[in-house]
Amino acid sequence: MTLDTTPYGTRARVVSISGDGAVALRLMQMGVVPGVSLEVVKSAPLGDPIQVRLRDYDLAMRRVEAQTITVALAND
Amino acid sequence: MSATIYRFPKTPPARTASLNKQLTIAVAGNPNAGKTSLFNALTGLRQKVANYPGVTVERKEGLWSLSPETPPARIIDLPGLYSLEATSLDEQIARDVLLGQGVIEKPDVVVVVVDATSLVRNLYLATQLLETGCPMVIALTMFDLAERNLVEINVEKLSAALGVPVIPVVARQERGLERLARAVFEVAAKTSAPRPVSAAPLTRPWQSGLESRRLQLVPITSSWNGKPNGEPESRKSNSLSWQLPLIERYRWIEKVVADAVVDAGRRQRTTERIDALATHKVLGPVILFLVMLLVFQTIFSWANLPMNLIDSVFNAIAAGVRAHLPAGLLTDLIVNGIIPGVGGVLIFLPQIMLLFFFITILEDSGYMARAAFLMDRLMRAVGLHGKAFVPLLSSFACAVPGIMATRTIENPKDRIATMMIAPFMSCSARLPVYTLMIAAFFSGRNLFGFISLGALIILGMYLLGILVAVIVSWLLKHTLLKAPSPPFVMELPPYRLPNLSNVGHSLMTRVGVFLKRAGTVILAISILLWALVAFPRATSQGASDTAAQVENSYAGQAGRIIEPLIKPLGFDWKIGIGLISSFAARETVISTLSIVYNVGEEGGPASSSLVEAIHNAKRPDGSPVWTPLVGLSLMVFFVLACQCMSTLAVVRRETNSWRWPLFMVSYMLVLAYVASLITFQGGRLLGFS
Repeated sequence: MTLDTTPYGTRARVVSISGDGAVALRLMQMGVVPGVSLEVVKSAPLGDPIQVRLRDYDLAMRRVEAQTITVALAND
Repeated sequence: MSATIYRFPKTPPARTASLNKQLTIAVAGNPNAGKTSLFNALTGLRQKVANYPGVTVERKEGLWSLSPETPPARIIDLPGLYSLEATSLDEQIARDVLLGQGVIEKPDVVVVVVDATSLVRNLYLATQLLETGCPMVIALTMFDLAERNLVEINVEKLSAALGVPVIPVVARQERGLERLARAVFEVAAKTSAPRPVSAAPLTRPWQSGLESRRLQLVPITSSWNGKPNGEPESRKSNSLSWQLPLIERYRWIEKVVADAVVDAGRRQRTTERIDALATHKVLGPVILFLVMLLVFQTIFSWANLPMNLIDSVFNAIAAGVRAHLPAGLLTDLIVNGIIPGVGGVLIFLPQIMLLFFFITILEDSGYMARAAFLMDRLMRAVGLHGKAFVPLLSSFACAVPGIMATRTIENPKDRIATMMIAPFMSCSARLPVYTLMIAAFFSGRNLFGFISLGALIILGMYLLGILVAVIVSWLLKHTLLKAPSPPFVMELPPYRLPNLSNVGHSLMTRVGVFLKRAGTVILAISILLWALVAFPRATSQGASDTAAQVENSYAGQAGRIIEPLIKPLGFDWKIGIGLISSFAARETVISTLSIVYNVGEEGGPASSSLVEAIHNAKRPDGSPVWTPLVGLSLMVFFVLACQCMSTLAVVRRETNSWRWPLFMVSYMLVLAYVASLITFQGGRLLGFS
């Protein structure tokens, strides 16, 4: 499953990040690397972007960007 | 890991000869890590702002007294960056300076600011810098907040693992600053003294051939193309190999942090609680609306008091000079050229200061990122970033501070696109024009008995501006400013109480920059426009002859020359003079019309004598010059034309070239012309007059 469809408030673990461009690079610099545990907190009022909490801070990203992040739910 | 625990020297280190030279120290770190607070605490008021050569990124510099015996060090506040693989112009410049590839000299010591409340992510940049081998000291900011979260950081262990001094600081209370100074001094003394390279070349598990290729970075002179420059070519062919060093680096940091930090896992929930309201589905937009209403109200109406004060002070000075100097060219230049020119610069200060007061508070508190978060979906529809929202809204009061506020947009193309459409937001300087036209042609008329036609027309003008802005933005983003849309991925920093000294610094910086860069241009153009009206001199001098002077001046002649051009819009040459003079500032059209219709300069936009003069003005054939349709056409022209040299001067200053302001004034003029033409000719075809 990808991060854009992860239910809010559920902990998930990053499996992989696809894509080669600036988005993937920026995501990984910001600490979204395989193995890290994160949680989708909520979305903006119009449904996009979304707020993700990881490594003791909050990160906002658009859904198209979240779609490049494959995750597994923590209790899988 | 070959690393030694850093110990503070018991006695100040012996001065080496080379330390008599002025040290250059750079402060680097993630955005929102407390970099600017630390910089302000270290330098106090001894700082200045300049641009990096060739680009518009601001270079903040100050002086820092490391020790009483040495000359104060030069300290540079670099733009915030998350990583050495830069993805924005700001980051690229910070990186180039850090790696000594910039146009300014490589710093002797780098103070890396690391936010103790978000240690792992902040250490990512720090470890990259470690690898470059530059002498560095880590300043651990927000140490008090981390303690409040019951996160216990073993500073010695951290320092040992990283192999560099780590100094906890609390900039607000000036705690740890002396220790930081000593550590920096020590590192500088160590590296400047000739010595064998004792610390073996750093080897880290992630270091591989690939990693060093990644860091083959392009110097600042290469043109910014919106793409990260450190991008290895191999990334395209093998998508996973480029990720490995990043993953390894994070693994290593996680291990270091796990060893050095005892985390009870308790967190302050303040930010979460505020966000429950601030980004709430319904309340979030309502709060944003109220916040923007406050900002808007302030720059739109509260700024009026100081602005009127400045205006009347300069009018009084002009009157005083006129009374005491003999009438003549010099007096005319001073009274009608220089004094209004200086006044025209200073009049913007209240709005600029108020807007930047709010913007700094919104940024420092962390709310600005939330505003971008809330508005991104809407702004994206027109190809812009969520961060374009606040500058555009501010432009409804005045495009000058609005354009200055686009600094918060990192991507240069998005930033220019935002600047290019900002003047379409109907600013307060258009209101006098709207008011005059409504008073002359549409007052007292109602639609369906209760909707004032005047109010409806003004609303229509605002909407026209927004509509055109949306279309132009879309067009620009698909043509001239076409670029792969930059990642939105953006930190939502924890809410923090804004630091008043930061706010003060930011205000003074903005004011200084505006006066120095834009102010001089505005003054020069004011004097030029004065000359156009003042020359050639009419033979007779006298107050009643001002109309004759204007008609025969270069501006008057130009009005006649452009008459065939503007005739299809419904304008005669007298309106043409108004249009020409209004390129100084839109509201000037009122005083110019007052002069050419000989009703006295002091008539306000709703002055009955000016309205009467407009009603009575006749063409040579006896038909009235002005009709409601002409009024409407003029209003449309004023919505779309960039008749504001201050806006152009600010765009020139913010983009560092004349290319964009010239493009802006030309394309907006063409748009205004076409729209006025359609209004007037279309209206006539439909049988209006």
